[in-house]
Amino acid sequence: MLTDLFHIVIFPGFLFLCASGMTAEYIDRKLYARLQNRMGPPWFQPFADFMKLVSKEDIVPDEANPSMFRAMPIFALTASITAIFYIPLWHVNALYHFNGDLIVTIYLLTIPTLTYFLGGWYSTSLYSKIGAVRSLTQLFAYEVPLLMCILAPALLANTWSLSEMAAFYTNHKWYWAFNMIGFVVSIIALLGKLEKVPFDIPEAETEIVAGTFTEYSGRLLAIFRLSLNIEAITGASLIAAVYLPFGLELPTAAGFAVYLAKLLFIIAIMSLSRTVFARFRMDQMVEFCWKYVSPFAFLQILICLIIKGVWVR
Amino acid sequence: MPPEKGLKMRKVVIPIGPQHPALKEPESFNVTLSGERIMAFSARLGYNHRGIEKACEERTYVQDVYLVERICGICSHTHSTSFTQAVEELAALDVPKRALYIRVIIGELERIHSHLLWLGIAGHEVGFDTLLMYSWRDREVVMDILAELTGNRVNYGINVIGGVKRDLEGHHIKDISKAVDTLEERTKYYIDIATKETTLIQRLSGVGKLPHEDALSLGATGPTARASNVARDIRQDDPYAVYSELGFRIVTDNHNDVYGRTLVRLGELMETYRLIRAAVNNLPEGPIAVKAPRKIPEGEVFSRYEAPRGENVHYIKSNGTDKPERVKVRAPTLANVQTVARMLEDEQLADLPIVIAAIDPCFSCTDRMITVKDPDDSNPRGIIKWDDIRSYSIGLYRSRGVDFSLLNKKLAEKLKC
Repeated sequence: MLTDLFHIVIFPGFLFLCASGMTAEYIDRKLYARLQNRMGPPWFQPFADFMKLVSKEDIVPDEANPSMFRAMPIFALTASITAIFYIPLWHVNALYHFNGDLIVTIYLLTIPTLTYFLGGWYSTSLYSKIGAVRSLTQLFAYEVPLLMCILAPALLANTWSLSEMAAFYTNHKWYWAFNMIGFVVSIIALLGKLEKVPFDIPEAETEIVAGTFTEYSGRLLAIFRLSLNIEAITGASLIAAVYLPFGLELPTAAGFAVYLAKLLFIIAIMSLSRTVFARFRMDQMVEFCWKYVSPFAFLQILICLIIKGVWVR
Repeated sequence: MPPEKGLKMRKVVIPIGPQHPALKEPESFNVTLSGERIMAFSARLGYNHRGIEKACEERTYVQDVYLVERICGICSHTHSTSFTQAVEELAALDVPKRALYIRVIIGELERIHSHLLWLGIAGHEVGFDTLLMYSWRDREVVMDILAELTGNRVNYGINVIGGVKRDLEGHHIKDISKAVDTLEERTKYYIDIATKETTLIQRLSGVGKLPHEDALSLGATGPTARASNVARDIRQDDPYAVYSELGFRIVTDNHNDVYGRTLVRLGELMETYRLIRAAVNNLPEGPIAVKAPRKIPEGEVFSRYEAPRGENVHYIKSNGTDKPERVKVRAPTLANVQTVARMLEDEQLADLPIVIAAIDPCFSCTDRMITVKDPDDSNPRGIIKWDDIRSYSIGLYRSRGVDFSLLNKKLAEKLKC
């Protein structure tokens, strides 16, 4: 009971995720800035931003539905934290696992996007509503390729549990190399999930101010931002667990270092893509996801099925 | 309007401005949307009126040079040059060649800084902030040169009636050549990006279409017109200063869209580097200014200047005193802003910022005139007397429940105390 509480609140739960999420934001911003030939923020900037927002007043618009408006950030935060418990991080076994936790994790990672939609919709501002509709439209574009390309390695491992998948790939070394198409696809989907350039359409500031978050301020905005950071960590951890399942059999300290290196790698890729691309338009994004990304996800499934039929007996 | 299929979304009108992150100056645009598609667009100018024309009439010509320079924060030199050209023509001054060359050099350096600024803003509007950071970093090079030549980064204050105020020394010329070399290399890189980077091209091409005929009929000027293949440039059509000696090639493009406007501006940058080199190499010796009379002879004059954004027009009427009787300024944005509604027809909301930005709008330069329409239309000439406007506005506010007479009384009492 006490250990469970420790896991949930401190490690690898809430506190660890807050710290790593803020570090991830710092690394992302610093890299982004250095790639753009700028100085970038000091290391405590994400924390300072968070503290500043927390100390400010919460303003709920008169027209908004106050309970929904206030509840949505909490839902987003809870869902993105809960998802981490089923993902094997630096050990073959996740904290909790059962057959089917793969689907639960993906489901939990979808909830934040839904909260962006609902939060935006219930704040009733025009910009928020347009942002909300855009996040949902975007969800339909990237969620299918993401699910498909995460299912492919699971098919190869013949299990629906992330921990068992990790065990399979630890026993069958280098099999993860077959899943590299899926890795790229899932990075693209994660960019869409986190609403980062080139998929920051729902919060395109030059069109709709801040989209969903236009009316949010103070603590509620702080929680939303924190949940986005944590979602980045959980999303990257999921990708690391599914596509980069090596180093899991190492002793704890070394395994943890490998895990951090994987996260850093994924975050660096996302910063790089943020630097080199312009923002897509909604129609272009949907077209891109359905025309190019989804077929590649299918291709990944096909590759995994063939390999399963030929090699794995 | 195409027939709507499937799920219908209620039409919404979203306000872009007067305060909005996409706009650098307060201006109001109302966009009617059906889903993401723009159904109607209306613009309302007039949030930045500063009464500069009227202020000019109450100051001397010498003071006015500094005042008109402050019309625009980016192309300040265009306004002061345009104004001084007009006054010099009225006073029949023979401006020394060296002064004209210096004016051209400063004007072209200003064009570089304006176009690089635009490139950055365009990048930002399509969510490509890296381009913004890079081009604004390079813009510092030209800003530093301008500060070195004139002492200021933006309002150079180099023009006086009859010439220029500061001379170019040998080391200035060396620095200019060095800066131009650096910038040329960087601009080639940007041209490379603009012609190769897929997401950027996708966001720019086919957006904000302005066909050739529409560009002509709506009276577009500057890069906006030239991107619709209208080969119109005051530097060639009506050469001022020394452009006729330097030789000049108009950069046009037939893409008719935002992509074309980007290419035109980048091409113009390359042409500008050539012009600056030619001007620096041919810089004649001699004085840099002649003495101008305090009182300017009676007459009217019309002066044109090719600003980075298009044709800039100054009209001056003199009554023989040291103050102008009338100064009228038409900034290029006023000519271009009317094309925006045409460009936005059937576009998506996501393209609105870049389409507006593509004319490189400078609204505070534009807001100058108020058109008053007679509500009863009883006056055939459409002219209203000042007292009539006053009583009309008092009546209008009273009908809305706002009465200023009490406030005026209180103010008068306060002033007495």
